[in-house]
Amino acid sequence: MIPIDFLVMVSLTLFLLGATTVLVRRNILVMLMGLELMLNAAVLLFIVYSRVHANLTGHFFALFIFVVAAIEVGLIIAIILNLFKQKRSLLTSSYTSMKE
Amino acid sequence: MQTQGLVYILLFPLIGTFINGFLSFFRNDLKTYFKKNFQWSAEKFSYTTNRISAIVGVLAVTLSFLCGVWYFFELLNLSSENALSYTLLRWIHTGALDLEFSFYFDHLSSIMVLVVTGVGSLIHLYSVGYMHGDPGVSRYFAYLNLFIVAMLMLVLGNNLLVMFIGWEGVGLVSYLLISFWYSDIDKAKAGKKAFIVNRMGDVGFVLGALLLFALFNTMNFSELTQSIEQSAVPVGYITCAALLLFFGACGKSAQIPLYVWLPDAMAGPTPVSALIHAATMVTAGVYMVVRLSPLYFAAPYAMNVIAIIGAATALFAATIGLVQKDIKKILAYSTISQLGFMFLACGVGAPIAAIFHLVTHAFFKACLFLGAGSVIHGMGGEQDITRMGGLKHKMPVTFWTFLIAILAISGFPPFSGFMSKDEILVAAFGTEYGSMALGIIAVIAALFTSLYMFRLFYLTFLGDNRSGHKVYEHVHESPGAMTSVLIILAGLAMIGGFIGIPHLFSFLAFPNLIEEWLEPVVISFPLTRHGETLSPLIMLVSVGMAFLGLLIAYIFYGRKNTYAENLRSLFQTTYQLLWHKYFVDEIYHKLIVRPLYFISERILFNTIEKGGIDWSVDFAGRFSKTISRKSLKLQQGDIQYYLLYMIIGLIIMSVVILWWVQ
Repeated sequence: MIPIDFLVMVSLTLFLLGATTVLVRRNILVMLMGLELMLNAAVLLFIVYSRVHANLTGHFFALFIFVVAAIEVGLIIAIILNLFKQKRSLLTSSYTSMKE
Repeated sequence: MQTQGLVYILLFPLIGTFINGFLSFFRNDLKTYFKKNFQWSAEKFSYTTNRISAIVGVLAVTLSFLCGVWYFFELLNLSSENALSYTLLRWIHTGALDLEFSFYFDHLSSIMVLVVTGVGSLIHLYSVGYMHGDPGVSRYFAYLNLFIVAMLMLVLGNNLLVMFIGWEGVGLVSYLLISFWYSDIDKAKAGKKAFIVNRMGDVGFVLGALLLFALFNTMNFSELTQSIEQSAVPVGYITCAALLLFFGACGKSAQIPLYVWLPDAMAGPTPVSALIHAATMVTAGVYMVVRLSPLYFAAPYAMNVIAIIGAATALFAATIGLVQKDIKKILAYSTISQLGFMFLACGVGAPIAAIFHLVTHAFFKACLFLGAGSVIHGMGGEQDITRMGGLKHKMPVTFWTFLIAILAISGFPPFSGFMSKDEILVAAFGTEYGSMALGIIAVIAALFTSLYMFRLFYLTFLGDNRSGHKVYEHVHESPGAMTSVLIILAGLAMIGGFIGIPHLFSFLAFPNLIEEWLEPVVISFPLTRHGETLSPLIMLVSVGMAFLGLLIAYIFYGRKNTYAENLRSLFQTTYQLLWHKYFVDEIYHKLIVRPLYFISERILFNTIEKGGIDWSVDFAGRFSKTISRKSLKLQQGDIQYYLLYMIIGLIIMSVVILWWVQ
């Protein structure tokens, strides 16, 4: 049995890796990957605590999140495609036309 | 009895104001409308509107005059104590103050109404000729009708506040008409000066009226009269109120120290000078003092002040008039001087004489001004009498009417000015308040009056022409609309004095009409026995002064000699002093205008306004602008920075919340 602390640490590490990716990388697709990592870190935490509390609520939540995340990715990819069509670039620094 | 019709006296000029104001205000719109729909040319349009304005203007005042005459006869049928009054509306009704907007037509105001509307309609008629061809005829008649409305409100108001509306109204119209030709900066400035100097007097009027209200709890004239007679208010308060009101009268009636606006007011059209700045508006102060004569009789000190200021002004203005060259300026100083006589009469306890002189002065001074207007008209705008001369043959009607008016103002019997001026001189010597000094000053002023008037007369009408051949050839008599008015006014100046035949001639069984008429409403002080014995002598002196003035003027100006030049070079300093009007304008400029400008520009504007108020408002603007410019950097459109801020914010919030929870 793997101790709870380790699993929480893995989840936290995953989350921070994802957040760092979102903040640091300029490519919007890579940022999306970071976003997915953060989401998965949250899902992992749900499952861990589901086991700790010995009920299935966390599992159900995880399943819901997968569904929602799948839809969300579909949407985001569509948006990114449109953005790319407009700007011919995937870098966030070229999407600054809404400042001021 | 039906007194509702008193409103019509005011209503007709008011309607005239609106019609003429409409024509003037919408002139351009009407012009395009008539051009589009009726194919009127510009000439036809301006001809028609000018015609309409002239007819409406003259008709309005004439109807008002006829109403005044009608009510004058109604009043004549009443018993002597009664007066007609009509309350238009209950105006201010708050606690202690209960004011009605009502008109009061008694013996005193009836005379004023007749003078204002009577002389007013004559001058309106004259204006039709004088203003012919001016582009602003509609505007002119709108102002002139408005003046009549305001002046009638002044004389008909039955309390100080209604009078004050009229008082301010005539001041406003005076300003508008002095700067009637406003594109000339000097004329606009003259209007401004008149308005501002009058404002100073008005402050005195308002303070005096409020003080009276505080003392007696009423502003109504008849109630005031009663409570002054019965009350035990300390005489100091009454004196203070009387002097404050007199300061207001000084502004309106051009007395020392506020007379400086009147000579400048001659920038307006000449009929305006005749109507407003000679016959009617400037006498408003005299009317107010007479109306409140019970108040002044209760304050002997104020009476003395009025008498001294009146006498001083009469002499002072007459000396300035001796050397001036502008025909209208001479007449303006003459008006100031004559108003001084009226105040002298008020101050020595002879308000009836003041009103009598007011009436005769309205006749002969209006005639003089209109005659001067006719001369200026004929000379093509020339106003300098040293460049006139010999107009007798070119302008016979103007010449004769002017001569009659001059004989009247100089005090030749039996012309009107003789009667009224004699009454004032007798009062100045002979009543309780009068004294030898006041009388002598008045006699000298009378001598100077005769002198400067005949100087003006000789230089203008007799002798050789000095205007040059070209101008002289074009000199012509004025049109009938103007000369007929001159003839009527000269007639009034000739016979107007018979309404107040001096008591010395009482053996002829002519009644002194004006005194009998005013007796119920205005009290005059009786002559002392000393005065009674002196009065024949005074009359002789008065006539003697008139002849002496004529004689001196004849010696200096009636014949070809250089006496005048010699005298001038002999008394160079005096001449310069008089020519520069005692440097009063310069002194006022140094003592009042400059410090005022200094305070308002340097201190109030530059320091307080710019450095304090403006700076703090600017600072608020600058501050928020800087802040927003700085914070604008945060919003640069890069989504990752937003995320960063969001995460920083989240961290801060989590820390804070965790902190608080523990």
